[in-house]
Amino acid sequence: MTTTLPTPPRARRRFQAAPYLFVLPYLLIFASFWAWPIVSSFLLSFKDSRLGATAPWSVANWTRLAGDEFFRTALKNTFVILIIQVPTMLLMATGLAVALNSRMLRARGLFRFAFFAPLVVGTVAYSAVFRLLFNTDFGMVNRALGGLGLPPVDWLNQPGPAMTVIILALLWRWTGYNAIILLAGLQGIREELYEAASIDGATPWEQFWKITVPMLRPTLLFCLVLSLIGTLQLFTEPALITNSGPGNATMTLGTYLYQQGFRSFNFGYASTIAYTVAAIAAVVSLVQLRLFGRDA
Amino acid sequence: MVVFSTHPDSAIFSPAPPLGFGGAFAENFRQLQADTNFVRTLANSTVISVLYTLLSMLLTSMAGFAFAKYAFRGRNLLFGIILATLTIPSFVTIIPQFILVARDLHLSNTYWAVILPTLANTIGIFYMRQAFQTVPDDLLHAARIDGAGEWRTFWQIALPVVRPALAALAILLFLASWNDYLWPLIVLNQKDSYTMPVALGTLVGLTRVSWGALMVGTTIATLPFLALFLALQRHFVAGIAGGAVKD
Repeated sequence: MTTTLPTPPRARRRFQAAPYLFVLPYLLIFASFWAWPIVSSFLLSFKDSRLGATAPWSVANWTRLAGDEFFRTALKNTFVILIIQVPTMLLMATGLAVALNSRMLRARGLFRFAFFAPLVVGTVAYSAVFRLLFNTDFGMVNRALGGLGLPPVDWLNQPGPAMTVIILALLWRWTGYNAIILLAGLQGIREELYEAASIDGATPWEQFWKITVPMLRPTLLFCLVLSLIGTLQLFTEPALITNSGPGNATMTLGTYLYQQGFRSFNFGYASTIAYTVAAIAAVVSLVQLRLFGRDA
Repeated sequence: MVVFSTHPDSAIFSPAPPLGFGGAFAENFRQLQADTNFVRTLANSTVISVLYTLLSMLLTSMAGFAFAKYAFRGRNLLFGIILATLTIPSFVTIIPQFILVARDLHLSNTYWAVILPTLANTIGIFYMRQAFQTVPDDLLHAARIDGAGEWRTFWQIALPVVRPALAALAILLFLASWNDYLWPLIVLNQKDSYTMPVALGTLVGLTRVSWGALMVGTTIATLPFLALFLALQRHFVAGIAGGAVKD
């Protein structure tokens, strides 16, 4: 007597519709709201959009950008923030992550919560609080300075202090987040490396530079690239805390693009600015990859 | 912030700022409601964020499942293109997105205007693909042998397995949508269609700000999420760390 076994399922060779159907809804949205706009934005940068759809193709937007004083101010401000805030933040975040990773520390959950709280608070809410804290007449920062016998600072109405407030706000918001990502990276480093190093007589300081930093490099690179792209697009803080002011002292590429695109409704020129931001992001990312190696 | 929300402006700006709770919360709330129709904007934000989160989770998990569990023609190319756009600043797309949503689709001041453009969340698809890769193939084969179709295999077998990842993603999506400022600011221009951050933003921009009212708004906007976050933070942190860094 023969028993009939069910035939084992064979790997299907014929065309399968299922995966395409699963991807389709995503792709439709992706294509119309991401892929096409990326192309369309580039095309727009060659049109004078104020003249409507019939405008001839021209490089007027690009030549205008090259000589635009406001754009240069925005570019300079963005880079000042980038150069001061991003390295400071990463240093602080690395320090925090290393401290958190040590087993001496208790209440890790509490610290994680403290790190993430700034992200949970909306940008509008925290911008408002920063405006309140740095208010010249009533703000707590000036009150604290007064308590230390220091003169009050007109934080939001002077170029340098206003920039300082923006940078402090960004540090407050993002340091913890980066520390969490770096912490995850630290926990990926094998304990044996440190054990072997201490047997060989390496000091904690040497261990930090010879083991922690090199092993953490891919994670640091990830944080660096994300922070960079984020800072290049900075909008909410300068818009809400300082309103790009005083004058244009805290105007960033983001607020300038907003002003051109959605205040002056000059879409073509705004697209030119947007593409310049993208190009800068691409170049700086490439430079970083070169400097920090390809292992990320 | 919470303390300030319960005091009148005069107390907030007094030489000795109050440290305890005051009794002006109701008055501040009335002011806030009068300035911004706050209840309405809160409702707008809630509907938008819930819809966005559910739809985006559905789209990204469907696509993530396909990318993780099927070998199909064009898979690597498609995934490569999607990932490549992650490094492109979202600024590049904001102008054409606006033209598409406002001029071509006539969606200004609607919920869809806020929801549609970011629905196909790139980080989401990347994250869900990672999650589905941990689901054993044998489990899916077993379901198919038992006669489940591809959709049932996805919906009833694979999806429940990745529930923790979905929870973390849901929190991230909800928060991103709840706190988003720039895009709603662009596509919403009527007071009654504002989301909560946009409404609060109009308060911050004014020269004469009712700080008490503003603090009530920011408190209401934040506290529920701090609570939710506190409750779920273990998943949340693990989820972000796991999704962000991959060896």
